[in-house]
Amino acid sequence: MKSRERIKTAMIGNHAVAQAVKMARVKFIAAYPITPQTIIVERIAEMVERGEMEAEFVNVESEFAALSTTMGAAMAGVRAFTATSSHGLLYMYELTWWTAGARVPVVMAVVNRAIGPPWNIHTDHNDILTLRDSGWIIAMAENVQETFDMTIQAFKIAEDPKVMLPVAIGLEGFILSHTAEYIELPDQWEIDQFLPSRDPDKPYRFRLGEKFSIGNLGEDANHMMLRIAAMKAMYNAKKVIEESDHLYEKIIGRGYGGLVERYRLDDAKYVLLSTGAWSGTIKDAVDMLRDEGYSVGLLRLRFIRPFPTEEILKTLSGSKGVIVFDRDISLGKSGVLATEVLDYVDRDISFWGVVAGLGGVDVSSKEFASIVKGFVGEVEREGFTRRETVYYLNNEVFEI
Amino acid sequence: MSREIIVKKIDIDIDPTKYLVARPKKGAAGRTGLWRTFRPVVKLDKCIDCGICWLYCPEDVIFWEKGLKIKIDYEYCKGCGICSSVCPVKAIEMVREEE
Repeated sequence: MKSRERIKTAMIGNHAVAQAVKMARVKFIAAYPITPQTIIVERIAEMVERGEMEAEFVNVESEFAALSTTMGAAMAGVRAFTATSSHGLLYMYELTWWTAGARVPVVMAVVNRAIGPPWNIHTDHNDILTLRDSGWIIAMAENVQETFDMTIQAFKIAEDPKVMLPVAIGLEGFILSHTAEYIELPDQWEIDQFLPSRDPDKPYRFRLGEKFSIGNLGEDANHMMLRIAAMKAMYNAKKVIEESDHLYEKIIGRGYGGLVERYRLDDAKYVLLSTGAWSGTIKDAVDMLRDEGYSVGLLRLRFIRPFPTEEILKTLSGSKGVIVFDRDISLGKSGVLATEVLDYVDRDISFWGVVAGLGGVDVSSKEFASIVKGFVGEVEREGFTRRETVYYLNNEVFEI
Repeated sequence: MSREIIVKKIDIDIDPTKYLVARPKKGAAGRTGLWRTFRPVVKLDKCIDCGICWLYCPEDVIFWEKGLKIKIDYEYCKGCGICSSVCPVKAIEMVREEE
């Protein structure tokens, strides 16, 4: 990652999203407050009120209305944004499928928060993963800087005529949303160069006086074709995500590597895999382990949809063992990433799927290093290990 | 006998418009007038040319031009009776259709 010399600003993740929404020249925002997302829309509302943003901010009565309204505005051709968390996302859930199905390029920040019961305002990834099959592009940020950069890039990706799908950006509640980090802000002219205004006619546009409806009852085969077309758009998105990352790097000076980020993976015998903010902690664990002579590296998924199949295949082939860290769980199966990654782990490669950190339970870099040592130790001792799901809590790795 | 299907690769246009956009067309759902049990019959001598029935008709089958009173398109009128209930001078009577 290279970057030019710029003035650094201290900013929390939520303010970074709001700042990115402003600099992306978003014209319409509708949102309903929910912890830990509230600060994003509070800040946007302030900027609109003060006249710093030329945009319409609509207070709505629920998250269901928030996404309905945002979708409507985007269908009328403007760049539109909303944000939510956890239970709020579930409350707007029906509309998430409509937005993706109708191929409306809105961007939504999802400040990751555990879903109750019991009530919990701390982070895990299960909320945004409910979008997994819906047709939303799903991105996960690692730090505040990436949260800003991803929000800007999200509009570029969503509005690309080869894609035309909504994008959800996950930033972990409190870990990113409320934590101040130093970030570098680009100049407005650079953002404008990277992200010109949206083509309002793509893919279609509601206009006053023109009579048509979207998604009306039709032939069943049309329904299936629409799904297949959205799948193709997802495939296209892989290339668009990579190109956007390159263009961003060219103009603004910061690139991340597209769908995945590779951390100390060259020559690594053991591959760690994760997504989201705790990947930063896992990187520290990788450094500690490398210092002790362990041959490990991290593959961080920046995007979960479209799924980085090719990148994962390339990284895992030839490795001795793979350990996936899931801050989420698909009850009745395993961690969500573990489920998906296992498809690409040959039967003779060792594997652990570790579920940890649910409901905001903190896992330190030392703890990550201990888990990895346990995994590597088992492989070296037994020659092979395969555990689809183990849990880490209270300093113990266990099966049930 | 069923045939053996061989997998092929096809080009997919990602533009969703043709699967999503529906434009209104007269009679798109067939001759809905056939659904009718009661038929709205207008007594034009009572009609005061106010246009309220035209405003309320959910099927857009009442044609109204100020000065010319109203006309109902029985091809598509489903006979819901809303026009009859909203008419302020009771100029529209619902009459049972013959078998």
